[in-house]
Amino acid sequence: MEKSMLKELSNHATNIRIGAVTAVHSANSGHPGGSLSIAEILSYLYFAEMRVKPEDPKWEDRDRLVLSKGHCAPGLYAALAEKGFFPKEELTTFRHIDSRLQGHPDMKGTPGVDMTTGSLGLGVSASVGMALSGKIRNKDYRVYAILGDGEIEEGQVWEAAMAAAHYKLDNLCIFVDWNGLQIDGPTAEVMNSAPIDEKFAAFGWNTLLINGNDLEEIEKAAENAKATKGKPTAVICKTVKGKGVSYMENSVGWHGKAPNDAEYEQAMTELKAQLID
Amino acid sequence: MADKIATREAYGNALAEFGDKYDFVVLDADLSAATKTGIFKKKFPERHFNCGIAEGNMMLIAAGLATTGVIPFVSTFAMFAAGRAYEQVRNGIGYPHLNVKIGATHAGISVGEDGATHQCCEDIGTMRTIPGMTIINPADATEARACVEAAIKFNGPVYMRFGRLALPVLFDRDSYKFEIGKGVMMSEGKDVSIIATGLMLHAALEAKELLKNDGIDAEVINIHTIKPLDVEMVAKSAAKTGAVVTAEEHNIIGGLGSAVCEALSETCPVPVLRVGVKDAFGRSGKVPPLLEMYGLTAADIAAKAKAAVAMKK
Repeated sequence: MEKSMLKELSNHATNIRIGAVTAVHSANSGHPGGSLSIAEILSYLYFAEMRVKPEDPKWEDRDRLVLSKGHCAPGLYAALAEKGFFPKEELTTFRHIDSRLQGHPDMKGTPGVDMTTGSLGLGVSASVGMALSGKIRNKDYRVYAILGDGEIEEGQVWEAAMAAAHYKLDNLCIFVDWNGLQIDGPTAEVMNSAPIDEKFAAFGWNTLLINGNDLEEIEKAAENAKATKGKPTAVICKTVKGKGVSYMENSVGWHGKAPNDAEYEQAMTELKAQLID
Repeated sequence: MADKIATREAYGNALAEFGDKYDFVVLDADLSAATKTGIFKKKFPERHFNCGIAEGNMMLIAAGLATTGVIPFVSTFAMFAAGRAYEQVRNGIGYPHLNVKIGATHAGISVGEDGATHQCCEDIGTMRTIPGMTIINPADATEARACVEAAIKFNGPVYMRFGRLALPVLFDRDSYKFEIGKGVMMSEGKDVSIIATGLMLHAALEAKELLKNDGIDAEVINIHTIKPLDVEMVAKSAAKTGAVVTAEEHNIIGGLGSAVCEALSETCPVPVLRVGVKDAFGRSGKVPPLLEMYGLTAADIAAKAKAAVAMKK
């Protein structure tokens, strides 16, 4: 990746983090940890990969992104605002009663949201349906989904994995945010979902294991997925939950908690310092 | 009248027939021989997708297809469509109001020998609580065929309920006019209104004849669309007769009987007695004795009609 591109995508990722934390702070509720861990994935997809038109969010031939771990809506909304689907100022309406930014993504209400999600395991199945549609109608759009490593404890994820391989959906690429933490504690202790890569490989997927906070590794994985024919791709992304805000990093407690005013100020100071000139 | 035919069979035939005229796909969960979507598959193999024994996933694959403008028909047994996959239908289809058509077969006690695990008498209840869900329960092959075409033309999620049991054909295929949300006046009367759906419409028409012996003139209304209910027709009939009996092959909790009670308590409170499965699970057996055991016969409707008439002030 060229240095200028890397800088640009890095700054988009930081802005996504700033937007996500701002949204959660304004709502005084929401899920910062898993929004911060996927900022590089969102940045790469929206600013280097996906064909989307913010001025025409329902464009039929667009690439699609399903946030299957729907509770990380603050990250998605921040990415959509960063891309221009709606004004960034709207992020501070998140979870408010008159807002179109619901606690979990609502495709009917929010421009750029491709699927209503929030109930874990459902989104990935919908992404299979979107990819299947592309195949049967000879459309060349690609479908992406982002899953959590806790989410894959849902059996439906594996029903979807079976179906995507069965129908050879090479237009589908999922990113599993392997941050290692879920609400009740470390995933390894709550319900061990590892080894994630071997599970998807056994289901017939092209499977990659990367550092999900590294933009260049994400790029290589996305290119690998596009070059892979006859099977879907699962990119297992080792990430840091709460990445970018020191006190949130690798902390179970920041899965679904809002920062207070002082914590918010500290987060903004830390994140703004990560912007590259 | 023509030979007997099950509404599931008419559903499969309709999918195959309308496949020429309309652009849609069909999903099934390893039951295409029983749900009869196999009839469609034989004619349009490239438009039929087996999702394996994974109903929850199938509902969301359908939802994903619908987001791209494809119309999917999704079929499995009612137990698995409205029971196992309830949450997927609620959150993945109902909440985003996606254009998915659920063709659920093997509804009710008349599944017969397979017994309680497969006799779904709760599906209307679960589906009715989902905002924006349209629910159609056809009474014969003509209505089953008509509801498939109506569902294709309708924009929004539709739950269609089909049965396993072969039934006489009540309506003429060429002249029958089917409109979602509109009740059908089968036979006018003045003493009591029998409001029936699906399989039980046949028993309701028989009950009308039985009641003549007791000097009771029953009105019979066919409600194929349970949601949205034709409140106007139901209330008008209740106002005229002053007593109502509902008849359905479903739990008396949550189905047509509940819907009619809810509507009439707000528009025209009169005595309403419900014929249906009395908050019980089914069991294995041949269908006619099962229907008798669970109180789903013309005689049961007639008895309730007499009781309802007696309750009039």
